[in-house]
Amino acid sequence: MGAPAVKIAVCIKRTPDSESRFRIASSGVAIDEAGLKFDIDDFAGYAVEAALQINEKGGGGETVVVAVGPDSVQESLRKAMSMGADRAVQLKVDSVPADGLAVAKALAAELKDGGYDLILFGKHAFDTSAGVVGTATAELLGLPCVTAVSQLDVASGRGSARRELEGAAELVEFPLPAVVTIDEGVARPRYPSLKGIMAAKKKPLESKPAQLGAVRVSVQKAELPPERPAGRIIGEGASAVPELVRLLQSEAKVL
Amino acid sequence: MANVLVYAETRGAALRKLALEAVTAARALADASGGGEVHALVAGPSGVGAASEQLGAYGADVVYVVEHAALSNFERESIAATLADRAKQGGYRAVVLGFSTQGRDLGPRLAVKLDAPIASDVTEINVAGDAIVVKHPGYANKVLVTLTLSGSLVVLSVRPGAITAKQAARSARVESIQPAVDPSASRVVVKQVVEGAKGRPDLGEAPVIVAGGRGLKAAENFKLVEELADAFGNAAVGATRAVTDDGWRPHSDQIGQTGRQVSPQLYVAIGISGAIQHLAGMRTSKTIVAINKDKDAPIFKVADYGIVGDVLEVVPALTTAVKAARASH
Ligand SMILES: Cc1cc2nc3c(=O)[nH]c(=O)nc-3n(C[C@H](O)[C@H](O)[C@H](O)COP(=O)(O)OP(=O)(O)OC[C@H]3O[C@@H](n4cnc5c(N)ncnc54)[C@H](O)[C@@H]3O)c2cc1C
Repeated sequence: MGAPAVKIAVCIKRTPDSESRFRIASSGVAIDEAGLKFDIDDFAGYAVEAALQINEKGGGGETVVVAVGPDSVQESLRKAMSMGADRAVQLKVDSVPADGLAVAKALAAELKDGGYDLILFGKHAFDTSAGVVGTATAELLGLPCVTAVSQLDVASGRGSARRELEGAAELVEFPLPAVVTIDEGVARPRYPSLKGIMAAKKKPLESKPAQLGAVRVSVQKAELPPERPAGRIIGEGASAVPELVRLLQSEAKVL
Repeated sequence: MANVLVYAETRGAALRKLALEAVTAARALADASGGGEVHALVAGPSGVGAASEQLGAYGADVVYVVEHAALSNFERESIAATLADRAKQGGYRAVVLGFSTQGRDLGPRLAVKLDAPIASDVTEINVAGDAIVVKHPGYANKVLVTLTLSGSLVVLSVRPGAITAKQAARSARVESIQPAVDPSASRVVVKQVVEGAKGRPDLGEAPVIVAGGRGLKAAENFKLVEELADAFGNAAVGATRAVTDDGWRPHSDQIGQTGRQVSPQLYVAIGISGAIQHLAGMRTSKTIVAINKDKDAPIFKVADYGIVGDVLEVVPALTTAVKAARASH
């Protein structure tokens, strides 16, 4: 007999391609989204893949993808289902607030009675890079939380993971249900197959209003940071080394 | 007048540089909030209270010391509960942390326990009437966002290196307190700690980082990077994803969008092309040096000083020259 089936929720965010050249919208408080390519955030993509692999290995189980966002997140939810997730929930808002705690409250309200063994997040999202929502959701639900996980296993009601620290790592064990935030290393997300894409069209996607509560963090201004001065090539080969050392000493003063 | 509570992070029993930066940020915030006090909380195994004096020197009026044998490993659940307990004693305008592995874990837990709005990875903190206004570089440092936080108590984590620690001598009152929950009762059990490179500063705190890419051609050539780092004396070693993918270096050395975000005084990029995802992790470095054989490599667009050449030839020469320069003063 295989491992018992695991019910997993994966909370995903939709973010713009990190290679984009960003411009500021005329509102002055957001990026201009025109022409940008959006997709499941990198770390959230790893989390979807990790969930699918756990359930493929265990046989059975269920993977549910959840996103807070406007209707455009439906595209990302469909993509996760085309990768293999069983169903999706959109917690609808006009735009995702900058208040991570408010987003966590909406997710916790949805996940609370869902009977999930495991709730996965990306360790942070590219756009806000704040890393608040996963850990805050765990805390709201009173569940153990393991952050920045690069290896994850589930067996007989317990999880084991490798948690990345600064320059070190920890191997940890924890009871389920639990919240885990995923770092790189778990698994690169698969590309949806044609069959997966067809199947995803028939999978259930439920949409309901997000219960954000009070939003207490707001963007006052978004701006492009000053550009670095253009780079400078000081020479070729080992013969340029003395000049480099001189510049490091006299100009940059770092030596 | 409002006080500020700051978590003074330690590693082993030693205060981290980012702890002093957080104290400096807290001091400025307390001063801007009408001259309140800075209360620092330091937690660790027996002996960690020795940090109190230094915390006072950087502007803490009160140091709460939590000593417990089971705190020799950072124990999140217990430290978060103890900080929240303290913050609930009242009179606090903010809880300030460093945006480190520890701070990333504690911040959101505190936000929930205190039902307080949170901003992460901030580089500047200001008071504007009843609100706190912070700057946060988002989108992998490509967009600078100004956030307004309402609420009488907020949680802020400060980007390491963004605020310079400044002495502001106080003689701190020291008070021993008990952990709010038993640190040996954590639900998440650490079975093993896998140590990274010994004897080098952490990437987040090192003034100099020497990083290597696939241009080094083979794992064994990474010793050129190590040797240059040794020559600088105070350098950490980093790598690109191409290198960590190939297993030349552990993932914990990876710099970039999906690795560490760093901002040293000097970043030396060796055999690194300068892909956008790598730049995302290091473009805010003060001075960037690049060595690459391809004069059109994108890394040269951000490098203050570039050398076009073969790393196998240039790096040993640079190592020798750096050693000589450091020996002569
Ligand atoms: C979602 C996503 C996330 C990513 N996250 C990261 C991340 O966090 N960090 C990261 O680094 N990358 C990341 N990447 C990968 C990134 O796109 C690049 O592939 C990677 O940074 C390239 O590493 P590199 O510069 O070592 O290798 P390459 O791009 O192969 O560059 C090697 C360079 O070495 C030079 N070279 C070759 N031989 C020599 C020689 N003898 N002497 C001198 N120079 C030489 C070449 O000219 C070339 O410029 C990510 C990619 C994706 C898609």
